[in-house]
Amino acid sequence: MRYFLVLIPLALLPLLLNDFWVSQVLTRALILGVIALSLSFLATYLGVVSFAQVTLAGVAGYAVAYFGPNTVGLGFPLPLYVSLPIALLLSMAAGALIGLVARRSRGIYAIMITLAIGVAFFYFTRQNYALFNGFTGFSGVIAPKMGEGNWGDPMPLYFLALGVSVICVVLVNGFVRSPLGLAVQAVRDAPGRLLALGIPTTYPIVAAFAFSGLIAGSGGILNVWFQERVSSFSVGIGPIIDVLIISVIGGLRHPTGAFVGAIVYVMLDIFAIDLIDRDRFNLLIGIVLLAIVMAAPNGLHQLAIDWVGKLRGRAEQPRTN
Amino acid sequence: MTLFFVVTLNGLTLAALYFLAASGFSLIFGLMRTVNMAHGALLLFGGYVGWSVVDATGLWALGVMAGGLAAALAGALVQIGVLGRMQGDELRQTLASIAISIILADLMLWIWGGTTYQVRTPSWLTGGTRIEVLGIGYATVRLYLMVFALSVGVGLWLFIQKTRIGAVIRAGVDDQDMLRALGYPINRIFVLVFAMGGMLAGMAGVIAGSALSIAPGTDLQFLLSSLVVVIVGGMGSVGGAALGALLIGLAEQYGLAYAPTYAAVVTFVIMVFVLAVRPQGLLGRAEA
Repeated sequence: MRYFLVLIPLALLPLLLNDFWVSQVLTRALILGVIALSLSFLATYLGVVSFAQVTLAGVAGYAVAYFGPNTVGLGFPLPLYVSLPIALLLSMAAGALIGLVARRSRGIYAIMITLAIGVAFFYFTRQNYALFNGFTGFSGVIAPKMGEGNWGDPMPLYFLALGVSVICVVLVNGFVRSPLGLAVQAVRDAPGRLLALGIPTTYPIVAAFAFSGLIAGSGGILNVWFQERVSSFSVGIGPIIDVLIISVIGGLRHPTGAFVGAIVYVMLDIFAIDLIDRDRFNLLIGIVLLAIVMAAPNGLHQLAIDWVGKLRGRAEQPRTN
Repeated sequence: MTLFFVVTLNGLTLAALYFLAASGFSLIFGLMRTVNMAHGALLLFGGYVGWSVVDATGLWALGVMAGGLAAALAGALVQIGVLGRMQGDELRQTLASIAISIILADLMLWIWGGTTYQVRTPSWLTGGTRIEVLGIGYATVRLYLMVFALSVGVGLWLFIQKTRIGAVIRAGVDDQDMLRALGYPINRIFVLVFAMGGMLAGMAGVIAGSALSIAPGTDLQFLLSSLVVVIVGGMGSVGGAALGALLIGLAEQYGLAYAPTYAAVVTFVIMVFVLAVRPQGLLGRAEA
């Protein structure tokens, strides 16, 4: 019921706003939110902060570009009902592979390894021309047709992104309640005990990473349709840090906080120009990140919950007297 | 054969720079379990300061020292002001140091702009030296760089193994709580080690600016190479940093020369292989 209260305004918003707000603010925030959700999911339930989620999104994005229409004359066009599953399967497989590589690493080791994987992928896409078209990547990757227009138009893409976001949140909630999801959380809490019970830890870790690949991949496909291109810059250190910042702002222990973080980030990105020099955006976002880490380590989501709790506490105090 | 020798020397040059950058990074991690993501920014900061000093005074050695000291001071400030306040919370420290590196990178872009700088070297470092044994000529500054890295490595090893402060640092790596209980001022030791790491990074920055060049992006390049080097070599050990730097530096250059398309992947394959066989790194100790 609570979710519907959030969804109804989100579904009505496009009626009130112009195309700029719908596509540059809302759609962008939703897409970034989905990718950041895959990071927050791993951080919350597996206890691993992965820097490779943009890489997973990029794998799906590149797959859609390679197996779909593009203007660089590279690839192997396939119908949508084949290319989309391929893209998602590839991002899941890439996720599983990363999980396999990082399965014995926790905490900061996992951060370093996933970061190194992400950057290695970035350099690889720059140097490989057969699959990734090197530096320039793919352009003209348009979303599929829909009646008169196409799914990439502001309104359809917004509702598509909204739909995918809802599905992803539902999937995450379902996954963590499933037996496999419980095993993943057990790995987070007490890997030693799990091993002692005779349950291998590799399988849940790999499964969690593959699942995060599915979520990140969905976001990656949307992102390619939104940007209409994908290149090495889409998987570079910039986007990697952006997605991390979004997850941290929203709160690494609150998966849905990713969407809160995304909207804050997008607003900062757009309106920083009014606050300070456009060139100093990184300075602003760095200071915001530092402030969040120092003052609200559990993110804005937790901060809001704490405030609401305090206000309620104050309001209830007279009654208890 | 000439190509092979030149590529090998290039690999050793890169390895020497990687070692200078990674040794400080590894030292900080070994003692404090802090992954200092601002390490690359400290390196670039040292490099820029060194360039400015050399540009103003013309004294190269002074530039190296100034770069080292500036980065040491910045490192100490980072530890006192931010990271020291969240000691023990590794994830928060990592995130905070990422924020610091973003802020520093943007401030440096503001001050020094986006141009590529090369530090002017004194006459005894300029030009080439003929190496008769191999029958090739090679840039003098790069040869001295290798000598410098080697002496820093030996010096660092002597400092950690033979001096009293080194013994305290080693004790801190093994059992921080015990050291604290014995009444050693552990927070001051943390700041000292952070400053040392910063100094190594800053000097590496000036030297990288002399042997190669520095520009925005150099910070990331060295941060990432430091990461890979310590993952491969093992955290918190000087020997591990040296071995990792050698492996990665040489692999990168051989990869670039003989398989350009897959150069980035070679490094990655080495890392994955080491992780699969020895997750703690080649010379690292297993986590307790």
